[in-house]
Amino acid sequence: MTGLLLVEQALNGAQFGLMLFLLAAGLTIVFGVMDMINLAHGSLYMVGAFLAAWITMQTGSFWVGLAGSVLLTAAIGMLIEATLLRTLYARDHLSQVLATFALILILNDGIKMLFGTDLPLSAPAALEGPVELPGGLRYPLWRLLIIGVGLAVAVGLYLLVQKTRVGALVRAGAANREMSMAMGVNVARLFTLVFGLGAALCAVAGALLGPLLAVQVGMGENILILAFVVIVIGGIGSIRGALIGSLLVGAVDTLGRTLLQSALREALPPQWASAAGPALASVAVYVLMAAVLVWRPQGLFPVRGG
Amino acid sequence: MTVFARSFSKRIAAAAVLALAAAAAGAADKVKVGFVSTLSGPSSALGVDIRDGFQLAVKLNGGKLGGLPAEVLVNDDQFKPDVARGLFERLVKRDKVDFMTGVVFSNIMLAALPEAIDNKVIYISPNAAPSSIAGKDCNPRFFAVSWPNDAYHEAAGAFANQRDLKSVYLLAPNYQAGKDSLAGFKRTFKGQVIGENYTKLGQLDYAAELAEIRAAKPQALYIFLPGGMGINFIKQFVGAGLGKDMMLLLPGFSADQDVIGPVGQAMAGLFNTAHWSPDLPNAANQKFVAEFQKEYKRMPTLYASQGYDAAQLINAAVRDVKGKLDDQEAVRKALRAARFDSVRGPFKFNKNQYPIQNYYVRNVGSDGKGGLVNKSFSEPILKDHGDAYVQACNMPQ
Amino acid sequence: MTPRRIVLLAVAALAIALPWLLQALGADFYLSMASRIVVYGIAATALNLLLGYGGMVSLGQAAYFGLGAYVSGVLLTEGMQGALPHLAATVVICGLVALAIGAISLRTRGVYFIMITLAFAQMLFYLANSIKGYGGDEGLTVRSRVQLPLGLDLRDAETFYWVALAVLALVLWGLSRFVGSRLGQAVQALRDDEVRAEALGLPTFRVRLLVFVVAGVIGGVAGALNVNLQGYVSPASLHWTQSGTLLVMVILGGAGSLWGGVLGAAALLLLQEGLLAYTEHGEFWTGWVLLAVVLFARQGLAGIAPALKRRLARGGTAP
Repeated sequence: MTGLLLVEQALNGAQFGLMLFLLAAGLTIVFGVMDMINLAHGSLYMVGAFLAAWITMQTGSFWVGLAGSVLLTAAIGMLIEATLLRTLYARDHLSQVLATFALILILNDGIKMLFGTDLPLSAPAALEGPVELPGGLRYPLWRLLIIGVGLAVAVGLYLLVQKTRVGALVRAGAANREMSMAMGVNVARLFTLVFGLGAALCAVAGALLGPLLAVQVGMGENILILAFVVIVIGGIGSIRGALIGSLLVGAVDTLGRTLLQSALREALPPQWASAAGPALASVAVYVLMAAVLVWRPQGLFPVRGG
Repeated sequence: MTVFARSFSKRIAAAAVLALAAAAAGAADKVKVGFVSTLSGPSSALGVDIRDGFQLAVKLNGGKLGGLPAEVLVNDDQFKPDVARGLFERLVKRDKVDFMTGVVFSNIMLAALPEAIDNKVIYISPNAAPSSIAGKDCNPRFFAVSWPNDAYHEAAGAFANQRDLKSVYLLAPNYQAGKDSLAGFKRTFKGQVIGENYTKLGQLDYAAELAEIRAAKPQALYIFLPGGMGINFIKQFVGAGLGKDMMLLLPGFSADQDVIGPVGQAMAGLFNTAHWSPDLPNAANQKFVAEFQKEYKRMPTLYASQGYDAAQLINAAVRDVKGKLDDQEAVRKALRAARFDSVRGPFKFNKNQYPIQNYYVRNVGSDGKGGLVNKSFSEPILKDHGDAYVQACNMPQ
Repeated sequence: MTPRRIVLLAVAALAIALPWLLQALGADFYLSMASRIVVYGIAATALNLLLGYGGMVSLGQAAYFGLGAYVSGVLLTEGMQGALPHLAATVVICGLVALAIGAISLRTRGVYFIMITLAFAQMLFYLANSIKGYGGDEGLTVRSRVQLPLGLDLRDAETFYWVALAVLALVLWGLSRFVGSRLGQAVQALRDDEVRAEALGLPTFRVRLLVFVVAGVIGGVAGALNVNLQGYVSPASLHWTQSGTLLVMVILGGAGSLWGGVLGAAALLLLQEGLLAYTEHGEFWTGWVLLAVVLFARQGLAGIAPALKRRLARGGTAP
């Protein structure tokens, strides 16, 4: 593997990981603060992508689409939280799994009824080309943008959680919910806000990834599971854990894929090597998750104090 | 009664019985066709075009196939083999269709096909025609009205030789048609294949593959990525700045109107190979292209031409058996004879019921109205071309 | 002859006579639907044992269903059609895999247990995707079927239905015996109050592991039957959303009740089939039904009869 190839794959891994972080950050806070398994988190990502695509189609501007999608998805998230999810906090995890699974079904078909099964979404034309990096690598500008946005969000969340009052309340809630309530925190309002923030992050990811992937019904299901992997590895409730976890998963998945493929290609016919490489890299990710669950269930950056 | 009267009444009775038998055993009162295709998702344009081509032919025949009123039951397989399987079962067993058709993707078709042929229903493929059932596993109830899977790629390999290309990198999705495509290209190509990679079917993000292609530095890149896969790949290929580093050679599947639209000007000048082009000069094609544009307000793709031809093939067969669909052997013979005017020009079936036909090189150029369209070179790159598997097929002729 | 016995016999008679009834109505297409309900009934009953009686919330049960299907599918592809090898291979392989996964997973609790069962199921899903030799993500089409002794062929729709029905009856009978047995009581006690069960000296880990393995084996047998019904298996059978579907069936039918798995499978499959006739958006309405059940009728269909009985008892004449 040449140096340039390694650099390009590392960038790809960072891009993938940072987008995963946008989803994982919201998911980990909801799970940590509200102790709720939300399987419909991936569906919010889908809603965000569809709204971005539709608004971009109507207004002709990607940025308006992005902004509109973030606001609308956050609103939708808060609405779902205030009506349905609120009733689930007190329930057992199984009820949460089932109810949010039902929500996935409803949102998938709901989006299909409103927008059809898929919508086109293109990045602004000026940003579609490559950028010349030091070393001679011509890397797509849009992917660099994604990396940039991901890092900016990470910094922003860090500042929010560590330096603001709201952030302190979130940290307290994640560490010990009963104590926070006993201290008089307006838990209901905090939860709604937190959920809205998570939904907004999903929308950003959906809008940015839309031009690279495809905006289609059901796009949330696969990325949702990876987000769960990330927060388990990183530590439920920890945003820092979500960041490290996402970058780790991104690296293992992207680099693992190419390394395994080239290794297997020595021994197997190309069709088999190409199938086995990525699949085994994914298996490795889940083995990592299982290992964490067995030996260090609180994750790499435990949050729960008492 | 007199002796005469008794024998007379016996003869009348016999004649009556014969007439009833003829009426019951023979002509059906309509033709039912089960149509299952990918009508949703990033590659839906393909299924939609096949459906639109098929339905246009039925419409131009007055809503009939072979003189009988046609009922076409359209269903969406959602790009999922198990969904297609269930739909085939329902159409064959519950709705009792006379023919099945429509599927775009080889993996979906192979998963669902047994439901048709094991229940004695003929399947007419307007697209997927994998090598796995072209040879020793050929089946008398399977007809491919499109092309053998390898063909476009064999044509591209021949064109690459013509262009004197020395090193090529190959990329295709990891399923039967992907395997067939690169096998076909390698069969005719005489230069060096410096890389062969398979992606996941339906994959949309090609960052990793593009990095490897960049590192391999081939003279040309040949890809088979139909539908939404091709659209995403070509956009990302251009976005990674690789268009300046190597020639991009394509089969018609990645260079037709469904890709040209979303990708845009980056497609201009790209060479691709196909069995059909909108500018083929025969009368049937000119009518088809004109009618399709009038009905649907867009240019037809090669997928639409295949759907159209599939309906015309069924039309000819039903007409030739005079509507007697119960005699499947006769229907099969009529299908094999293929007495219809194909929009691609000369058409005939090989021993394995896959086509023998010409393949052309096309170039994406201006349509004079600010858009892009494929233009073919009049001399076919492969003439009267069959497939490499027919020798192993032992089908009753 | 208690009323319960009579109902049971009537249901059994109806189930056995179904193929003839459907043929008389000209609706023999629906026999394959009935067979699907029976097969999923077996799979859902396995999950019911694990979840409803054992109290273990698993998001990975589809892994055993898919594994059993692949075992049978691979054997058929390699030319082996005997019923005994298929049964033995399915039981042994699914049992060993469940043993390994259970031994690791049962070290965790609560939400971590849910996550780890999911992780293992996804591992198997990706492994199935990686083996291109048996189809990989294209799936495996099998043209032959298992042959049973006495010349019975699972390709025949009626034979398949009766064989699957027999397996379901056996599983339900086994479950009813288990529930009443000492081990069954222990499992349910463990489900209801783990601390007390441990205090009473129950080997909780081993008991749970046993239930986990049995559930895996039964799920695997259902999968093996399924590949003989559909003639096709793909990694999609192992995807976590399939585990979700099985979970939905158990909840709809009533977790912890004997007929919960069967009722749930029938309810969901019939609901989906019915919706298909009226709308393209069946999933939308299925989602609302599921939501309603989770929020308002947590005991599922099997809970309706007891709930009605309670209502009637309360509204009856005062003593």
